[in-house]
Amino acid sequence: MTGQTALLAVEKVETFYGNIRALNGVDVSVNKGEIVALIGANGAGKSTLMMTICGAPHARSGRIVFEGTDITTMPTHEIARLRIAQSPEGRRIFPRMSVRENLQMGASLDNMQYFDQDVEKVFTLFPRLKERIDQRGGTLSGGEQQMLSIGRALMARPKLLLLDEPSLGLAPLIVKQIFDAIRELNRTEGLTVFLVEQNAFGALKLAHRGYVMVNGAVTMSGSGRDLLANPEVRAAYLEGGRH
Amino acid sequence: MQYFIQQLINGLTLGSIYGLIAIGYTMVYGIIGMINFAHGDIFMIGAFVALIVFLILSAMFYSVPVVVALLIMMVVAMIMTSLYNWTIEKVAYRPLRGSFRLAPLITAIGMSIALSNFVQVTQGPRNKPIPPLISDVYNVFGISISLKQIVIAVVTIVLLTVFWYLVNKTSLGRAQRACEQDRKMAALLGVDVDRTISITFIMGASLAAVAGTLFLMYYGVVAFSDGFVPGVKAFTAAVLGGIGSIPGAVLGGLLIGLIESLWSAYFSIDYKDVAAFSILAIVLIFLPSGLLGRPEVEKV
Repeated sequence: MTGQTALLAVEKVETFYGNIRALNGVDVSVNKGEIVALIGANGAGKSTLMMTICGAPHARSGRIVFEGTDITTMPTHEIARLRIAQSPEGRRIFPRMSVRENLQMGASLDNMQYFDQDVEKVFTLFPRLKERIDQRGGTLSGGEQQMLSIGRALMARPKLLLLDEPSLGLAPLIVKQIFDAIRELNRTEGLTVFLVEQNAFGALKLAHRGYVMVNGAVTMSGSGRDLLANPEVRAAYLEGGRH
Repeated sequence: MQYFIQQLINGLTLGSIYGLIAIGYTMVYGIIGMINFAHGDIFMIGAFVALIVFLILSAMFYSVPVVVALLIMMVVAMIMTSLYNWTIEKVAYRPLRGSFRLAPLITAIGMSIALSNFVQVTQGPRNKPIPPLISDVYNVFGISISLKQIVIAVVTIVLLTVFWYLVNKTSLGRAQRACEQDRKMAALLGVDVDRTISITFIMGASLAAVAGTLFLMYYGVVAFSDGFVPGVKAFTAAVLGGIGSIPGAVLGGLLIGLIESLWSAYFSIDYKDVAAFSILAIVLIFLPSGLLGRPEVEKV
């Protein structure tokens, strides 16, 4: 991966909630065409990093660069317009909008120009959404909401897809389905994915590279395979250590 | 029976005006969770702008067709009140967003007083009359329906249709509803939240301006203090229908109008405001989320 300029570079970023420091000088980079996983325990700051990349909240210090543009202090909606799409923690489906409208919200960056063709792609990945097209988002099951959240992010035609805990609370079969979909998108369309997971095993198997986060700082990084083999990672995240 | 139907028609006319104002309360509440108490005064300013436009028109031209005059009055009133409401949001409410809940509420009350005093000082404290614009009255089976009432009904229906289409079928309306349901997520999808909130204030103001113009045409008189009582009644209507719900605001408006005119007809006209506001108290006690509102707690 050396010699390549990163699509996304996060440099020494610190984020605060009030006086509490949630991120403590984080350095992460994501190259074009990669799947990068960020693993760590509850409260390590993974979701905070995802939201900080999108400017909600903004980093108090450090720098975030996307495609050579400094986006550290850019408003959230302008960052989204650079084609960074996120399926955030808790899925955040619009509960009183139909599945169709939720997907339309994702496509609003292009004024719905590509809606028809893109929605077909999303339905190929997640056929369940097609059956639920006119149902209100709030009435979907957890797995369906997760598919919708990812589908909505894909409708924005992202250059970088941020996924926050896509497997949280889902049945193993659906987790596999979602991970397969991510792998497929990466392979066929070269989609760059940065994902946060507590399901470290699945995430590291899926990812090209991984980072381990502890208490708001990155403590380890390496290829997905290396991290999977690393005894410390195994002890902490894979073999029923602290969770 | 005829008397009853007569009162029904009067009540619905009045209710249309309340409904148009109530939408502004309910939309702003839906999107930023505050009660814009200055909204009633925006309605009053709408009526004043319409009055001024009428005076200018009648001074400049010997005769203008009534329809044209009304249309010009409405459009100018919409533009002016939109400017007012847009400015108020930007100057007085936006800096307070994210501060404690009471802050924008108190500011809104202050804004309301400021606006009505501003009009009192610049336009004078007395009632401002205009000559009747439309005076035709039709008699159908012993029930008299004035052309004014028909105009109010038609304008309200047309406006509500356009408005319904905007909110439910356009990308602007979708963005508004998204901001209402989850502002942060809307921003993550590229929606400019500040701009969407501004547009919401503009839409509310436009409807209030039309209500103001209709009010002026119906009663033929407006005063600086006229923002208060119709404003609070429209607010009552919004709460009755379920604050945050647009159909609820319209329904609530019609109901308040009906209650008021039926009460005046069968009981005492002096106590009509008591009747309307008792409804507010009763609704808040027994049906806190209103007729069409949804309960605050939601399954996630």
